[in-house]
Amino acid sequence: MTDNPGSAADGAQKLRYYQKGTFTVGNRLVDAENRSVQASEERSNALTCGHRACQGCGEALGARYALDAAMRATGGQLIAVNATGCLEVFTTPYPETSWQLPWMHSLFGNAAAVATGVAAAMRVKGKRDVRVIAQGGDGGTTDIGFQCLSGMFERNDDVLYICYDNEGYMNTGVQRSSATPPAARTATTPAVGPEPGNVFGTGKSVPRIAVAHRIPYVATATVADLHDLERKVVKAMSIRGARYLQIDVPCPLGWGSASHDTIKLARLAVETGFYPIFEAEHGKITAVRSIRRPRPVTDYLKLQKRYAHLFKGGQEDPRVARLQAMCDANIAEYGLLADGQDG
Amino acid sequence: MLKQVEGSKAMAEGIALCRPEVICAYPITPQTHIVEGLGELVKDGALTGCEYINVESEFAALSVAIGASAAGARAYTATSSQGLLFMAEAVYNASGLGLPIVMTLGNRAIGAPINIWNDHSDAMSMRDSGWLQLFAETNQEAVDLHIQAFKLAEDLSMPVMVCVDGFILTHAVERIDIPTQGDVDAYLPPYDPVQVLDPADPISLGAMVGPEAFTEVKFLAHYKQTQALRLIPKLSGEFRSRFGRESGGLIRSYRTQDAELIVIAMGSVCGTIKDTIDEMREEGIAIGLVTIVSYRPFPSAALRNALAGAKDIVVLEKSIAVGMGGPLATDVDEALRNLPHAPHLHSAVAGLGGRPILKSSLHRLFRQAIVQPWEGTHFLDLNERVVGREIHRTGKKRRSGPTAENVLKELAAQDLQRAKEGRA
Repeated sequence: MTDNPGSAADGAQKLRYYQKGTFTVGNRLVDAENRSVQASEERSNALTCGHRACQGCGEALGARYALDAAMRATGGQLIAVNATGCLEVFTTPYPETSWQLPWMHSLFGNAAAVATGVAAAMRVKGKRDVRVIAQGGDGGTTDIGFQCLSGMFERNDDVLYICYDNEGYMNTGVQRSSATPPAARTATTPAVGPEPGNVFGTGKSVPRIAVAHRIPYVATATVADLHDLERKVVKAMSIRGARYLQIDVPCPLGWGSASHDTIKLARLAVETGFYPIFEAEHGKITAVRSIRRPRPVTDYLKLQKRYAHLFKGGQEDPRVARLQAMCDANIAEYGLLADGQDG
Repeated sequence: MLKQVEGSKAMAEGIALCRPEVICAYPITPQTHIVEGLGELVKDGALTGCEYINVESEFAALSVAIGASAAGARAYTATSSQGLLFMAEAVYNASGLGLPIVMTLGNRAIGAPINIWNDHSDAMSMRDSGWLQLFAETNQEAVDLHIQAFKLAEDLSMPVMVCVDGFILTHAVERIDIPTQGDVDAYLPPYDPVQVLDPADPISLGAMVGPEAFTEVKFLAHYKQTQALRLIPKLSGEFRSRFGRESGGLIRSYRTQDAELIVIAMGSVCGTIKDTIDEMREEGIAIGLVTIVSYRPFPSAALRNALAGAKDIVVLEKSIAVGMGGPLATDVDEALRNLPHAPHLHSAVAGLGGRPILKSSLHRLFRQAIVQPWEGTHFLDLNERVVGREIHRTGKKRRSGPTAENVLKELAAQDLQRAKEGRA
């Protein structure tokens, strides 16, 4: 496994980023050609202002970066298909729309299939340059849209599917999905009883399932590392066939976190090993985002009210140790420790 | 060109002549031979400019068609029964979005109990979905209706379901006239969408609508169907001019002039009914048939005209709205509402789950309407002894077991009894 080009291990720029302690700023510190798409006046604003996302919404940020990067990569020849969910609702109620690209919403569970249809139409019409993105939240992807998603993968349809993963059904009022982490409080896994919050030993990793389909490209990303996110979108758009990108997008409403902590939480999700960042091609993991100094999972958990029951009365619930063990297992499994670090 | 060919194969050839650009295929009996036929035409190069996509479910089949249609391609799929139910959410979505998809429905019963044979329960389950629903009487009409359906769908920008009786039509080998490509091209111009996903002119499609506009949007969908009441006869007329035969339209009347008793039915059973009518006419009974081709939009005005002179009508349908009766009878009743001297309506449910509808049974039923009219819903050829015993049994025993199994056991017992009596 190798480190991502363009991120932490990228030689000269590594030191500069490190001095700032973040990967999210630094456009002013890099030369013009390495600046983000968002830093350019030429950006397409595919998801433009005026929408109704909550303050600090990770999904709105992720979608804006992802789509503008894809718009640049395709020269604006892009069509987006959206599953039902927050992103669909906060961007559109007629007659308003924040979408400045052709955009379609059909149903909650069929975004991948609708995108397949759009891609088929483009192929049959000879518009090979027009590319298709399907997007949805984790509910629309890992649960209700899973069958259509797997079908699209299996047929290797020319679609980039982006899952904005905020780990629950936030649009309907914060219910558990198969992407909700253990111990997290949701409206359907309330923080009551002997085992408050979501149970351990459940859930699924759709990025790993996508890798198992041996599709050309799979990646995870976060809104804490937007250069990396843009780079992955650009890479995805350079490839034909089924591609999957899952972006960790903190949700202040659902996670019970401060709006200003969205980026911090996304970064901590990576640095604790909670959310492994990797890329895979044709069934093989090709790169991981390594962790320089692993942080204890408590740093991540304590910023979120959905885990507050784990720290009630100043006592640390023994299940915190289980969450730490999950992070450690991720670090070991994906080989996330940077060279020369031992945690 | 005249061919001796299976109905499904003929429909596939007819659909291919309509130059579909995206076909979504998922198998379910009895529609499967149609998509198989189309698959072969694409694979062997006879049908070009077409993407044939093997999807993972009916929900995906219609969803892929939705995406293709919204992106400006002529889209087609086919299903039956459980498949239609599995795609139900997308069925409503396609019509709500105003996408002119054409879908064949190989009519089949809905389970449980699982049953692969023909009736119209599947079509009825989606009668309020906003799709236009046309019923073919013969395989020739099934071929012709598909050609008209694409034109109808695209003129209105609404989806059309062509309903063909499973097995009775889909699997029957008949003499069918397959039109020429030139005639179909002249009848059906290329698809020109009213809304399309296009990077050169970005639109947002399928966004939320609140109470301030939802009623108006629904009214306009209803209005489009009323427009179809004019368009369907027009397209049928144009079809006759070009292809030289009668197909489609809203309704068709058979020997209804001077008829005191008029039967109303849809689909392939009309052939059997016509034969029965011919025989009863020879006995001097003034009986006729009105075939409904367009079930949605429902041709209320045309029916009122056709039925005005009748004393009695029998609505014979292959579906049951459990807890209410016959859905077609209810619709006919609605059409006749407030009509002065409205004929008496007698509702009969027949042919459920593929039970043959026999001429002998129809003779009895139609005579009964004249001499001993009934109220409520009549179940043709119901085995009253079996249901009576099952009702009695379930009343006496709490854990009485699966109804379907009990009925079959009872039938077997009856057969055994008959065999014993036969030996005695």
